[in-house]
Amino acid sequence: MIPAAFDYEVAESADHAIALLAQHGDDAKLLAGGHSLIPMMRYRLATPSVLVDVGRLDDLRYIRTGNGTVSIGALTRHSELEHSAELAGACPMLASVAALVGDPAVRHRGTLGGTLAHADPASDLPAAVLALGGTIVAQGPGGSREIAASDFFTGYFESVLAADEMITEVRVPAGGGGWNYQKFNRRAQDWAIVGVAVAGGGSGVSLVNMGSTPIRASGVEAAVAGGASAAEAASVAADGLEPPDDLNADAEYRGHLARVLTERALNAAGVA
Amino acid sequence: MTITEDAPAAHVGSRRLRKEDPALLTGEARFIDDLALPGAIWVGVVRSTEAHANIVGIDGSAALAIDGVNEVLSGADLAPLWGEGALPCAWPVTPDMKNPTHLPVATTTAKYVGDAVAVVLADSRYAAADGAAAVVVDYEPLPAVVEIEDAVADGAPLVHADLESNECYTWGLWGDNAAAVDAAFAEAAHVVSEHYLQQRLIPAPMEPRGCAAVPSPAGGELTLYSATQIPHILKVMTAVVLGIPENKLRVVAPSVGGGFGCKLNVYAEEILCSALAMQRGAPVRWTESRTEAAVSTIQGRGQVQHIELAADADGKVQAVRVKLLADMGAYLQLVTPGVPLLGGFLYHGCYDIPNYMFECTSVFTNRTPTDAYRGAGRPEATYAVERAMDSLAVSVGVSPEEIRARNFIGADAFPYTSSAGLVFDSGDYQAVLDKAVALAGLDDRRADQASRVAAGSSKRLGIGFSSYVEMCGLAPSRVLASLDYGAGGWEAATVRISPTCKVQVVTGSTPHGQGHETCWSMIVADQLGVDPDDVEVLHSDTAVSPTGLDTYGSRSLAVGGTAVYMATEKVIDKARAIAAHQLEASEDDLEFSGGVFRVRGTPEAEVPLAGIAFAAFTAHDLPDGMEPNLEAHVTYDPPNFTFPNGTHIAVVEVDTDTGNVDLIDYVAVDDCGVQINPLVVEGQVHGGILQGAAQALYEDAVYNSDGQLVSANLGDYLVPSAAEAPRFRLDSHATPSPTNPMGVKGVGEAGTIAAAPAVINAVVDALRDLGVTDVDMPASPQTVWRAIADAQGGAS
Repeated sequence: MIPAAFDYEVAESADHAIALLAQHGDDAKLLAGGHSLIPMMRYRLATPSVLVDVGRLDDLRYIRTGNGTVSIGALTRHSELEHSAELAGACPMLASVAALVGDPAVRHRGTLGGTLAHADPASDLPAAVLALGGTIVAQGPGGSREIAASDFFTGYFESVLAADEMITEVRVPAGGGGWNYQKFNRRAQDWAIVGVAVAGGGSGVSLVNMGSTPIRASGVEAAVAGGASAAEAASVAADGLEPPDDLNADAEYRGHLARVLTERALNAAGVA
Repeated sequence: MTITEDAPAAHVGSRRLRKEDPALLTGEARFIDDLALPGAIWVGVVRSTEAHANIVGIDGSAALAIDGVNEVLSGADLAPLWGEGALPCAWPVTPDMKNPTHLPVATTTAKYVGDAVAVVLADSRYAAADGAAAVVVDYEPLPAVVEIEDAVADGAPLVHADLESNECYTWGLWGDNAAAVDAAFAEAAHVVSEHYLQQRLIPAPMEPRGCAAVPSPAGGELTLYSATQIPHILKVMTAVVLGIPENKLRVVAPSVGGGFGCKLNVYAEEILCSALAMQRGAPVRWTESRTEAAVSTIQGRGQVQHIELAADADGKVQAVRVKLLADMGAYLQLVTPGVPLLGGFLYHGCYDIPNYMFECTSVFTNRTPTDAYRGAGRPEATYAVERAMDSLAVSVGVSPEEIRARNFIGADAFPYTSSAGLVFDSGDYQAVLDKAVALAGLDDRRADQASRVAAGSSKRLGIGFSSYVEMCGLAPSRVLASLDYGAGGWEAATVRISPTCKVQVVTGSTPHGQGHETCWSMIVADQLGVDPDDVEVLHSDTAVSPTGLDTYGSRSLAVGGTAVYMATEKVIDKARAIAAHQLEASEDDLEFSGGVFRVRGTPEAEVPLAGIAFAAFTAHDLPDGMEPNLEAHVTYDPPNFTFPNGTHIAVVEVDTDTGNVDLIDYVAVDDCGVQINPLVVEGQVHGGILQGAAQALYEDAVYNSDGQLVSANLGDYLVPSAAEAPRFRLDSHATPSPTNPMGVKGVGEAGTIAAAPAVINAVVDALRDLGVTDVDMPASPQTVWRAIADAQGGAS
């Protein structure tokens, strides 16, 4: 429970953070809220030699709406998403999912950019951004680029983000039809054993903790688009997936949960 | 209660806020890791990553290359520090019990994952952790015994190669009653035969362990600070193990953040730090990390239970027969072998069952040692009998409350001698159950349950009963002797009144979260007619409180509190003699109320306690031959256990689509005797219920087939939080204990003892019409979903 030794740098700006990343190379990790990274360091599952703290970049803490898009600064805390009246109006699903992350302490430290960059397939907000068809803005030494959420996640705790890039903004469409998020866990503070996010009245469906990344349930989306009932669409939710096997759930049970929760989420999102 | 003659009990019974809490809430309280000890040597413990392996070599070179790491010591290097000494087991339950030598650091063979195999000495905690991680141990793996039943399988590997088998002992309780038990089963109209598994549990107090040994080399003294429940016992044991003269040894428990039994022990690190400190002449300290605690601190439960009930046609139970297989782990810690015995007397529950047979075989496994964990034996017994009583109710065709009513020990039967040999002091079990039934709104719940079944709802309702009785107030020393326990069960107290009439209470009972300071102050304040804030309570330091047997087994109030009460009575007796002298009256004519002595019938003739306290201090005018000062010491050895009891009713909603269990209501009616502070009682009951519900629904120390603890952190080991707590609805029904003058019984373990069977009975009740008759603990969603699927013929 005691992390390996590391150096600590405070970034004064996004540019400064990227310069520090470039300077320290692969051994450096960005520190935002720290509530995923620090526990991994305490178990020595992560042993970065340098932490670049971007947690004080308050200019990246914002929620703005306009032109049918909600733009959220990467350092915006989960609790700010949870309690934002603007977000509750423009994209209530994201506010609602943010309220289910961890416990209040986690939500007051954790950031939207941090949880996306961490790319934990069991996390809530990455799947929500995926279901919403969101876009992730990443800045590197050569400038910024926009990455579709559906192209972002590549494996367990892995994304297309380069070692010298940081997420600066996340964009999701405003409005957009019925939505629901089903989180199944045993303790309120835990990660989802299985979660299902439904956005846009069933046009965007994603699964939590059913594989190595947040997973777009394209079979379910196609079934809904084809006029299938919620039960019919949900029946294919786990098809072709290889969900993890752990103390809470084996693969068979996870598949079952994915079908049950997908049907519930579709129903709640207005799919009959 | 009768506190003093004619005195109103102004504080006892009131919901007074705890005087301990401001320091805890503001961070002023000092725990073991808060001690500032300049120049201390930090210990890092290298722990076995193998369940069973020969230690072939230890390479400390990489560790020694780390800045701040000064030494790497193997078990062989350290062996001279303890010589013939080994970690103590104080409870040899049978003459032929096997007690393998348990060295603080293993020398040749590691016997469980977490077993200490080497030690790093460093300048800081960080360097110690880095150093311990860098030591390379060469293991030669040996076959491991992991699950309990594997230990007694044919051809099982031996945990201890020098023993003939993995059996530690077999202990039974049947006397000449075996034939009567067999006859009852032969004649029974209903026989219930059930197997239950008590999974291993990790105690997980909020503060892990830690210790710091501080020598005074000039005089050869040693002060051992430890996050322990038992500074007094630890002092004696450390003296014995290391040969330190007791007069040179002081043990201090600073603020201790919970224990639940796991700090009722003498651990390797305490002996190690003490021995090294004496050798090096410098402070030596160690602080446990959370993941380290999962394997290096004792675990709880770990039993396979077989219980049989024989009942007549009306469901009246005539005999209970129990066979246990209990998991000791790799070694015996302080009271490891005795834990099953503490339940061994209670498998008849709160029922009048004339014939009794109990047998426990305890075995070694290649896992962390087990020992006392909240309830220690009694939750296991209550679980088995309360689950079996529900099965009997089904067999007889009556409700759970009716089967209990037909078997309760009657309120008029006390004192009641049980077939296991205990004398139950008081209780009214039926009244308690009736109160719980009313509070739970049972009729409405049952109607809701039936309507959901009729509607084919996937949200089933289950209602689970648990009626329990426990033995607390450990314990009459002679009874402990008859059980071969290595110490007595008394408790000590000193009460002093200062010249300005402030009160100092010294208690041998060592709190670690219970609220002794608050409750002892309230008791004494009522007796003396002073304000509770004018009472200070000293404890937890053998230099301040030299005599005591500490806190465990819900004994503090019934034994330690009674000692305080009796010492205060002695002080009042002395004050009365001084008052009589001052008032020129007979002691028999004095009454004492509200802190004032008065001559009966002569109200103007009075003297306040404050005046007597000062007179006792100046000693200018005391009765001839009387010693100055108001002070008294009492060591109280209880004449019997106390027997708290209650009925708890859990209501669960089970989602049959997912297997999720939601604990939606929880009613507890407890008889813990007279309550000193209902607020403290409720806190104990709330925490106890949640800890018992945790065994039922959440917690499980899961080992894989290699003997690795898989659920070694609080992400995988599911300690529930306040968010998982049910709505607690509590009531009480006090039958004062006749065993002690205040009529108190104890409440620290009640909730934990009652809750697990109540919750599992509720889960099974919810699913009975689906064909489910049992669900293993913890009843995780996956376990419940599979149980439903299996009962439905494997369909999922």
